[in-house]
Amino acid sequence: MPLGHDDLLRAYRILKTIREFEMRVSKEYEAGTIPGFTHLYLGQEAVAAGFCMHLTDDDSISSTHRGHGHCIAKGCDVRRMMLEIYCKRDGTCHGKGGSMHIAELWRGMLGANGIVGAGVPLALGAALSAKTRGTDRVAVAFGGDGSTNQGGVFESMNMAVVLKLPLIFAVENNGYGEHTGIAYHLGAPSIASRAAGFGMPASEADGADFFAVYEAAGAAIARARAGGGPMTVVCDAPRWRGHFEGDAQAYRDPNEIRHIREHRDCVKRFRERVLGDGTLTAAELDAIDAEVLRLIEESVVAAKAAPQPRPEDLTSDVYVSY
Amino acid sequence: MSKKSFREAITEAMRLEMARDPRVIFMGEDIVGGHGGSANNPGASGGIMGATGSLFQQFGAARVIDTPISETAIMGMAAGAALTGLRPIAELMFADFLGVCFDQIYNQAAKFRYMFGGQAKTPLVIRTMTGAGVASAAQHSQALWPIFTHIPGLKVVLPSTPYDAQGLLIQAIRDDDPVIFMEHKALYNDLGEVPDEAYTIPFGEANLVREGKDVTVVAFGRMVHFAAQVADQLRGEIGIDLIDPRTTSPLDTDTILDSVEATGRLVVVDEANPLCSLASEVISVVASEAFDALKAAPRKVTAPHTPVPAAPILENLYIPSPAAIERAVRAVMA
Repeated sequence: MPLGHDDLLRAYRILKTIREFEMRVSKEYEAGTIPGFTHLYLGQEAVAAGFCMHLTDDDSISSTHRGHGHCIAKGCDVRRMMLEIYCKRDGTCHGKGGSMHIAELWRGMLGANGIVGAGVPLALGAALSAKTRGTDRVAVAFGGDGSTNQGGVFESMNMAVVLKLPLIFAVENNGYGEHTGIAYHLGAPSIASRAAGFGMPASEADGADFFAVYEAAGAAIARARAGGGPMTVVCDAPRWRGHFEGDAQAYRDPNEIRHIREHRDCVKRFRERVLGDGTLTAAELDAIDAEVLRLIEESVVAAKAAPQPRPEDLTSDVYVSY
Repeated sequence: MSKKSFREAITEAMRLEMARDPRVIFMGEDIVGGHGGSANNPGASGGIMGATGSLFQQFGAARVIDTPISETAIMGMAAGAALTGLRPIAELMFADFLGVCFDQIYNQAAKFRYMFGGQAKTPLVIRTMTGAGVASAAQHSQALWPIFTHIPGLKVVLPSTPYDAQGLLIQAIRDDDPVIFMEHKALYNDLGEVPDEAYTIPFGEANLVREGKDVTVVAFGRMVHFAAQVADQLRGEIGIDLIDPRTTSPLDTDTILDSVEATGRLVVVDEANPLCSLASEVISVVASEAFDALKAAPRKVTAPHTPVPAAPILENLYIPSPAAIERAVRAVMA
């Protein structure tokens, strides 16, 4: 699926929105204005963008504890996301979910998830829905390299193959399962080889290159839409920050972080490429930058000033009826 | 009306709802059976209790879905399907297998509605076999409803008769919240009169099984039958007001409290282990809300705080007996 001019603008807007959203959350978290704990998607923006550019609201995704980027790429309301991160009444989940549980179900965003690997079986269910209804909808299960060691992910891979479901396993290999490096935690030669062992094709893409992800994701999604069944796409996507904000990262060589920030910055690479081949102009990109920065600033200001949940909200929405 | 077994009533509830609503699907291990076998005979087993083969014949593989032995994926798939507009019934073959898939039930399905700020509906039914009595030992016999009952977001159903099984299961399938539907394996062959058409029994409404003025007995699941036996034996001597709550979440405390206000005496009979049990809960509610009505300390009759043994002679000691119920009734009368 070739990217037209508007597609490129949209892709850049997604990348930039995730980048600036997360930079600002990091800053505000450090300043102590955000409750709870939070895990940032910085560095991995191209993966969410590269997949979600192929999806509509009718397609579903499941996400992870590092879910802000998936939400933004799937089209979730950025202002309401920020309200949710501040646990405010008018947030996406009325302040009851917080950073790790942002969801917009009508948009096919089935929730960030606090349990590693647990979103994957839910996406399996969305893929079952799509197939049972006879649609060409697909589901994408995002997960990190750490999640590929979870039993529920193995079960879902086998089940998706057995039932031939339109599910794409989008594995974001950022090199770490929490504080443990993949050189230690992965028993198989590679994540792709493990996925292939379940009887599905697996491809690999540079997760710091939007165009590479877009192409690999597009092939897997088109195949699933056509009834070809599940596929795994493994994207090497550098994690700029720690497992969570405030993580001292004593387990990482500072040179590693410096290197990936300098050489594997997906936003910078996107910009260089589209300016280099003349498909977008600096003026167009700068205009998006300004709009995004304004949106984030307004979102934070509004979130800080927004009303808290009411005491009676504590006990509402446990059941539809009880 | 027609005479049906508990097993047939459950099948009939699913059949009626699957025929009525194309969004209802059914999934689980061996619910069809025979896929991939050398006899090439899908539908060969129809579930280990033989309850579901005919559903496959009627509704086909797209809606009656045999799965690999992957309880986490089954429960997650059902939860995800419920989030995206279907109304799945997922079978957890034995409630004991909860241990391999609990995350998808209690951290996922049970929490969607609250955690996502009321956006979610999760119309999911988990049917599961439960209870002791067939010498199937510690990993296939447990009465785990207290664990499910403890979790906000889940509803928990414990039918004791074919009539209740059919009406409560139809209610469960039509319900927009996740429901754990627990079928006692010793009840599958019980017969009862069941209407031929669809009907529902609301959750949180207890059934008054016997009326009596002396002692309130609250019994759950299979224990309802043991308690009814005792009530019938003692008729004329001690009047037992026997209450079957039918659902443990929501729990019909009003009916229990009204009865205790009248009798002043309470015995709770539960096959589950005693710590943090429904027996503890009912006695706690009565002690808090009807203390002044009590004429004697309430008694609970439960399994001991042990796993379920295999040896039938020990299992019979494990399961609360009619004799133990009678002793408790006489004790609160003393």
